[in-house]
Amino acid sequence: MPSKSRNDIVAPARAAKSRAVKTNVHLPFFGCSVSCGFPSPADDYIEKKLDLNEYLIDKPAATFFVRVSGDSMIGAGIHPDDLLIVDRSKEPKNKCIVLAIVNGDFTVKRYTSRGGKIILKAENPAHADIAIVDGMQFEVVGVCTNVIHNLK
Amino acid sequence: MHERDPQSQVSGAHSPCVASAPIFALVDGNSFYCSCERVFNPSLINQPVIVLSNNDGCVISRTDEAKAIGIKMGDPLHLIGDMIKRHRVRVYSSNYALYGDMSARMMTTLAQFTPELEVYSIDEAFLSLDGFANRDLVDYAREIRRVVRRDTGIPTAIGIGPTKVLAKVANRAAKKNKTSGGVLNLCDRAAQDSMLAEFAAADVWGIGARSAAKLARMGVTTALQLRDADVDAVQKLLTIVGRRIVLELRGQSCLALEMVQEDRKQIVSSKSFGRPVYKLTELKEAVANYATRACEKLRRQKSACHVLSVFVQTNRFKDGPQYYNSGTITFGAGTASTVRMIAAASGVLETIFRDGIEYKKVGVILSDLRLASAVEFSLFDDQHKHAQDIKTMSVMDAINARMGRDTLKVGACGNVRAGTSANAGANGVANVKVGGARMAQARAAGQSAPAPAWTMKAAMRTPCYTTRWQDLLKVG
Repeated sequence: MPSKSRNDIVAPARAAKSRAVKTNVHLPFFGCSVSCGFPSPADDYIEKKLDLNEYLIDKPAATFFVRVSGDSMIGAGIHPDDLLIVDRSKEPKNKCIVLAIVNGDFTVKRYTSRGGKIILKAENPAHADIAIVDGMQFEVVGVCTNVIHNLK
Repeated sequence: MHERDPQSQVSGAHSPCVASAPIFALVDGNSFYCSCERVFNPSLINQPVIVLSNNDGCVISRTDEAKAIGIKMGDPLHLIGDMIKRHRVRVYSSNYALYGDMSARMMTTLAQFTPELEVYSIDEAFLSLDGFANRDLVDYAREIRRVVRRDTGIPTAIGIGPTKVLAKVANRAAKKNKTSGGVLNLCDRAAQDSMLAEFAAADVWGIGARSAAKLARMGVTTALQLRDADVDAVQKLLTIVGRRIVLELRGQSCLALEMVQEDRKQIVSSKSFGRPVYKLTELKEAVANYATRACEKLRRQKSACHVLSVFVQTNRFKDGPQYYNSGTITFGAGTASTVRMIAAASGVLETIFRDGIEYKKVGVILSDLRLASAVEFSLFDDQHKHAQDIKTMSVMDAINARMGRDTLKVGACGNVRAGTSANAGANGVANVKVGGARMAQARAAGQSAPAPAWTMKAAMRTPCYTTRWQDLLKVG
């Protein structure tokens, strides 16, 4: 901010403008209208807004969004064009839904592991399951934690 | 080498800082840009992949497979066409939106492992492991690698040492040595001796080609010779910088972690054109866009600029008339206003523009940067206008932060996003008048609009998988 003495030597019209700037003071914003007398009883209970990121994402640095194409998981409520939230940091547990790489392609399937044998199961009778056998390129990319489906 | 306590090893060395010897780890992403591409395209795994510089000029990232067939860093694309075809090399334009986001993820992940981290470049970070002397450092580094790979998909190499320079040496060796498992610890004196003997002095961090040549004349070609050289003689040759490098090689830490990046003293925004540009109007549009980017940076670091330079140049490697010129303008009171900057830049450009010349590059340089909160006014500066500018810019920044870059921009920037083909938002054209400047909504550009000549060539760029809703990876 300029010093006062400097303002004193400014020409009148300019000084008026400068003063207009000076009166521009930032005040805290109160969430209620002011009724003379009593403050709103709600003012003590102001909380931050709900944030969906907080609800849906544990680890932002390890979380990726992907778009669903195809209907192989429709039985699990995962439809074409839905948004899937994938957390790479989570280790796959039996029967969770995963994003995996099989022989150079991404696929979303239900991960089942029994007696050391891994099968990626589709949730649609029209699609075959994928049994993971030796010699296959296979990697679980991450666990699908949520699906966002647009109801419009 | 990792069975012994590294702390005691350092104490055993003739290091003067025995009491609390620091430990540094340098983590860097292997073939970082290529690795980012692989995360979103598994068909690239085990295949030769390269990423090109701006305008698809030269190789700036290559995988081990590409290296094995003889592709070198910096190779111009047009010279390696045969090799690319023969070996089916996968070629990509650089996608900095993607690499920047993946870098942020990598750094956030690394920050879990140390209280002190210095982000050194887009794909490198120094970690302080001072408190971890009692743990097995190599095991700890392996855990860091595993988690970064799992959470982000990026493979890394980690070098550990009692100084930054030694950590850098260790990192390089970890990458070269396939048996290292991506981790190498140089805290041990004997390990340092044998490693530095095989390490070229020219490859030591901070030794450039010219310094290496000077050292060679002194008979110093390996890092070990450099370490054991007379420190005063090296200082005479390479100034205090050389002295520090020698001391660091000896295990004496001179370079601390720099956690807070110093604000820039100068901001440069310039790029080469994808194709030749002749017209003043096109140059002006490019300059307006670069000034916009530069002012955004300026405001982010809360600085105001007092000196603006604009430069134009032709292609040095092409026949025809050569031309380089630049012009400068100073602001009495510092500014960070995009509107003012573009107006000023446009004026400067007019004074240096010559007709009938094939321009290759144009850019703006903002310098004499000072704290925006401490701008001083003279008798003739309009303080009211200055306050208005600040308000206008904060509104513009807020809208662009929420709705996406360039949602709101100065009309002089034209109707296409810099560096991308137009992304149709189809919101309808709206001219928004803010603070006296005419702004045009750029989102409405539409895909049919041809990209102006000044935009970058990026013919093989992948989608921005992590930063744009319409670019998300599709999976079945």
